[in-house]
Amino acid sequence: MLGKLSWAAIPFNQPIPLAAAAVVGLVIVGVLAWITLKGWLPYLWQEWITSVDHKRIGIMYMLLALVMLLRGFTDAIMMRSQQALAFHSDGYLPPEHYDQIFSAHGTLMIFFVAMPFVIGLMNLVMPLQLGIRDVAFPTLNSVSFWLTATGALLVNVSLVVGEFARTGWLPFPPLSEIAYSPGVGVDYYLWSLQISGVGTVLTGVNFVTTVLKIHAPGMTYLRMPVFCWTTLAANLLIVAAFPILTATLAMLLLDRYLGFHFFTNEAGGNMMMFMNLIWAWGHPEVYILILPAFGVFSEVISTFSGKSLFGYRSMVMATMAICLLSFTVWLHHFFTMGAGADVNAVFGITSAIIAVPTGVKIFNWLFTMYGGRLVYSQSLLWSIGFMVTFVIGGMTGVLLAVPPADFVLHNSLFLVAHFHNVIIGGVLFGAFAGYTFWFPKAFGFRLHEGLGKAAFWCWIIGFYVAFMPLYVLGLMGMTRRMQHYDVPAWRPWLLIAACGAVIILAGIILQIVQLVVSIRRREELRDKTGDPWNGRSLEWATSSPPPAFNFAVLPHVEGRDAYWAIKQRARQTKPGAEPAYTDIEMPRNSATGFVCAFFATFLGFALIWHIWWMAIVAAVGAYATFVVFAWRDRTEYIIPAEEVARIDRANRSARGEALLPMGATP
Amino acid sequence: MSAFEAAAGYDRQSWDRRPVAVHAAGGLGSKRIIVAYGFWIFLLSDIIMFSAFFATYAVLVGATAGGPSGRELFNLNNVAIETACLLLSSFTCGIASIGARMQRGIWFYGAMAATGILGAAFLFIEVHEFVGMVARDAGPTRSAFLSAFFTLVGCHGLHVTAGLLWLLTMMAQVFAKGYRADILRRVLCFGLFWHTLDIIWVAIFTVVYLMGVWQ
Repeated sequence: MLGKLSWAAIPFNQPIPLAAAAVVGLVIVGVLAWITLKGWLPYLWQEWITSVDHKRIGIMYMLLALVMLLRGFTDAIMMRSQQALAFHSDGYLPPEHYDQIFSAHGTLMIFFVAMPFVIGLMNLVMPLQLGIRDVAFPTLNSVSFWLTATGALLVNVSLVVGEFARTGWLPFPPLSEIAYSPGVGVDYYLWSLQISGVGTVLTGVNFVTTVLKIHAPGMTYLRMPVFCWTTLAANLLIVAAFPILTATLAMLLLDRYLGFHFFTNEAGGNMMMFMNLIWAWGHPEVYILILPAFGVFSEVISTFSGKSLFGYRSMVMATMAICLLSFTVWLHHFFTMGAGADVNAVFGITSAIIAVPTGVKIFNWLFTMYGGRLVYSQSLLWSIGFMVTFVIGGMTGVLLAVPPADFVLHNSLFLVAHFHNVIIGGVLFGAFAGYTFWFPKAFGFRLHEGLGKAAFWCWIIGFYVAFMPLYVLGLMGMTRRMQHYDVPAWRPWLLIAACGAVIILAGIILQIVQLVVSIRRREELRDKTGDPWNGRSLEWATSSPPPAFNFAVLPHVEGRDAYWAIKQRARQTKPGAEPAYTDIEMPRNSATGFVCAFFATFLGFALIWHIWWMAIVAAVGAYATFVVFAWRDRTEYIIPAEEVARIDRANRSARGEALLPMGATP
Repeated sequence: MSAFEAAAGYDRQSWDRRPVAVHAAGGLGSKRIIVAYGFWIFLLSDIIMFSAFFATYAVLVGATAGGPSGRELFNLNNVAIETACLLLSSFTCGIASIGARMQRGIWFYGAMAATGILGAAFLFIEVHEFVGMVARDAGPTRSAFLSAFFTLVGCHGLHVTAGLLWLLTMMAQVFAKGYRADILRRVLCFGLFWHTLDIIWVAIFTVVYLMGVWQ
């Protein structure tokens, strides 16, 4: 009846996961009870859960990412403390638990923190920057989000029911095959990623179509803000790379569930094929994460330098070059496979070449700042911190791309330090820069500057204290993923690294405090004009938060930095007459995404535990959801012209007042 | 009519003759173009998934682990009939698209039914081949080669199955809703999907069966 599921699946003998699950469960029940008692459920259902508004979906993506960041960071601090304690001792985490923690940490941070964060930013900002009212397929967008949430939910369910993979964040066979991982841990990993992967591919399709096909009048490709270009590049990579992940994980699933022999030791299986396939996805994946971050930095640096971005065309070229080159370097993840000197040399050279367009970008940002009137906001601090940190991470990456050096350093803490250096210093700093930069656009008030800057300094100092020792440890020969060790020389460095994790914790606490304080003082932090930073692109041309339709009248674009040009014109001439408002049609809300994800959650759970009847019921339910969705007759609703005018007039007057005094200065 | 079209003053009647110049100037695409374009992008991602299975098959084709090879297993007569069914079904699918565009029920329903029957015949022959191989102890668990074979060809078969499900849904939708613009867009996407399966089958026919028998 319940397949492999029994009471033995609940880890009653392990206090740590059980206590953690109890706390999380209490928090969830408490939040749900609070929402119900306050009578907010109808509001949540109508305005958020069933919303197909790209801004709402973007905010939910980022909320998911921030919550999962807390979970992933908890794993991180457990690993650092374990390694700080486990000198000549077992520490406090038994090996089978420690292995699950480092696997869950990597899986969560990449798939359910970094990915939702950048997709959330793209969702929130890209349509606004293009001057349009929604993405190409709004309901599909909601389906994407909820399937991602399903994946995150399944990974977290594994904390209490059963176990998570012990294989690392990529389940390398033959360890991940049924012979060596007979439990459900790898199955949790595989089904979570398959389900959320469907959502990610749909996002890719949706956003590529949006950027290439839907623009405000006059918004030609070479007038798009760089963030839109990096969104395009990242989503092209999603469309081209994620199907490889789907196929690869499907093959591992067939090996595990039906006894196929893709990656097994026997009957002709080839485990190195898994390495090739997974990294043919995995290397483009890191550019899926970093390219949108590059876009954020371009917007932030240009805005807070008060200058147009230096070398716009070279920035676009560099972005698209990285997009292509990212598919030519995958073998540098396993130089030690034994492919031979020639193959390794080719991939070493392509890996070094990809540093060139990245270098172009760094110089473009530097030249943008040169001669600019810099405003050292928290967003700009994250950007400058990124430039310094990312250059170090990039250089250790080029070092690792040299095959002979890689033979010495691979699988060591040097590698761990390198990719944390680029992912924290690049992707996460980019996410935080974007979070602080566009928060007022999303919610109508700014985040507290002082607390934000304090959080930044804790993060960047904590990062260096936590990860520079790992470079040293890697050079000293310490391999990654060690549950205990007995080399005295490593101990001091590991203690320093643990201190770094604590400093980062202080940064995270400061960010939470910043959010709470900003919400409480939202009236004094209010963004009345919709343009708090004297911005340059079209997202600042509408109110904060924007109305459901984004723009009452679609802006006409006549060049780059479209909103900057509009402001210049407004200063020279008197504010124009009120535009002719028309009725606006917007897509209606839909529960399709939520209901679909509801069935997908049960489908994944049933497949993990071999509960076949439940899997069939859930699959039929998901299909039926789509048929019902396809059957509906009214897909859009009308916002009447008077309503549009009423909403827009308030913002026009606030904006006009703000522009007048500025018009006096030359 | 979507929000963007409304804003730009496009009306529903003009959905199918939108001048391309509008996009070149960075304007708003018509809904029909946006939907078909997005679906094309999706199909490209599907083709990339197949390419991963093709690459895997190419790596594992010699890994028979002492079991039968393609030369011993494949029956080209069967495969020729399968190919004929699928190619013909693409032709009838094209007729169905024209029938839908002209809003002629006989052509649309008749051609869709023919497409469905040909697709079902294809599937029947494929399942028959699979069952026969498993009965000869040449199932997917026998060797890495057979794992790759069953996965690649079976994945295409699953796509055809999903296509048949979609085909029936589309006939029901046209029957229930008539030739509405949104329904016609879905008919267009279904056609793209079905032709893509044909393209993939041509690659399977060549890489798996022809090269398998003549290797």
